[in-house]
Amino acid sequence: MSSESLASSVLVRCLTSLRSCRWQKPVNMLVSRSAQPRGVPLLRIEETVEKTAVEIMKRAVIHVPKDIKEALRNAYEKETSETGRTQLKAILDNVRLGESQETPICQDTGVILFYVTVGSDFGDASFVPAALNRAVKAATVKVPLRPNAVHPLTRKNSGDNTGTNMPYINWNLGVGEYIEVTVMPKGAGSENMSSLAMLTPGEGASAVKRFVVDQVIRAGAQPCPPTIIGIGMGGSADIALKLAKKALLRPIDQRHPDPDIADLEKELLKGVNMTGIGPMGLGGTYTSLGVNIEYAYCHTASLPVGINMQCWASRRATARIHKDGKVEIVD
Amino acid sequence: MATFRYETPISETDVRKPNIGDSVYVSGTMITARDQAHRRALEYVKTGRHIPVNFEGGIVFHCGPIAIKEGEKWRIVAAGPTTSTRMESYEAEFIERLKPRIIVGKAGMGAKTAEAAKKFGAIYCDFTGGAAVLASQRIRTVKGVEWYDLGMPEALWILEVEDFGPLAVTIDSHGRNLHEVIQSSAQEKRSDILKALGVSQ
Repeated sequence: MSSESLASSVLVRCLTSLRSCRWQKPVNMLVSRSAQPRGVPLLRIEETVEKTAVEIMKRAVIHVPKDIKEALRNAYEKETSETGRTQLKAILDNVRLGESQETPICQDTGVILFYVTVGSDFGDASFVPAALNRAVKAATVKVPLRPNAVHPLTRKNSGDNTGTNMPYINWNLGVGEYIEVTVMPKGAGSENMSSLAMLTPGEGASAVKRFVVDQVIRAGAQPCPPTIIGIGMGGSADIALKLAKKALLRPIDQRHPDPDIADLEKELLKGVNMTGIGPMGLGGTYTSLGVNIEYAYCHTASLPVGINMQCWASRRATARIHKDGKVEIVD
Repeated sequence: MATFRYETPISETDVRKPNIGDSVYVSGTMITARDQAHRRALEYVKTGRHIPVNFEGGIVFHCGPIAIKEGEKWRIVAAGPTTSTRMESYEAEFIERLKPRIIVGKAGMGAKTAEAAKKFGAIYCDFTGGAAVLASQRIRTVKGVEWYDLGMPEALWILEVEDFGPLAVTIDSHGRNLHEVIQSSAQEKRSDILKALGVSQ
């Protein structure tokens, strides 16, 4: 049996065995297994991780996070440009329709990026990459997700959103008996507006501000504004871009704990919203809904800054899977 | 701002009526085409190979939908616009050779497309980016799919639409380009913005 057909037969078996279990219930709430006798897991942990990953992918592409929805409503109320308001209304209508019809809000369900934190007492997590791979294939059919993953040169589409190094997993370590899985389905319109600059350290914040404003003007309508702007400062070239993307996972109603960075976030948001690019680049006040910055110390001779833009359809979802199989949807 | 309603096939006289900023709703046949379909279509035109759809008087939609097959029939689940900039290098020639009247996408197109729209009689319209469920509401049926070998997003999806919109006219047939107006105005504001942010220039 080929590994492919083995994987799918395991998946079929797993899905069949799930029919009578509590996974059939929606999991956008805390799923507790307290009613089950202890020590009798309904699912093997691999299966729980796989099923949970499918659920969070579904949740991410259908439901806009609360902070984003709030920001979109606020923008709609306050936008002064008529065309801008029309765009924001269409966005809000679309969000509502997507939720009521359980349909992905945007056809670009992105490439699937995971952030996995493995707790110190979780035990062996070496099965996770294979489980997430199976989950992506299953979600592509079940949600459905648009098959987006292609070979970078031949452009051949794998048809199931997987391929070499895709889905991509960012690993972290934590303390506890759980693993936490965050999914960020990332669309291309905004991702294509990413940039990196190795700025002159002596120019400091001024160089950062100039770079961000210039990139927002350059991007114009392309990243589907109102956007969320993720900025990574410091580290090294690759770290700056990684931090920029990670910054997008923080809810936009939370400022950076460092007050100076928090001020820079607020100032930059004010600045980019002075461009007049507006919703969908058709003119208006709301070019961006939020600016999130993460930073790392860097070499004394460099100031790397990465920008990762996110469209209004900011998609993210997180679940925590405990060793005993209990699942919590965190975000 | 005026509102225009069109049904395919669209005549040159009718498509020359709207100005940038106007709203448009379209009914009839709309065909999706992204970079790869544009490239192949132009290659086929040049080499005299048969193109399985007719774009003349029609609507091109920059879109790669999510479609599911229910029995023998396809159904569109989500179908919002993709960034049109990627098609800029093909669109002028596409308009000239294949004669569509309305191009629908998002984020606008460049000077070459605007020039072709003026010369051959076409407009470019924005549909709200990401509003894929809203868009799919106005798609009545999938009449067919061609060039599926390009993959689901890149294939030609032949859609029957009803009152698809509102679309914002951002390139009219008079050489005007709304995105360029907004872009250059943003560029003009740049130094004021940097001053407000306390950036030394």
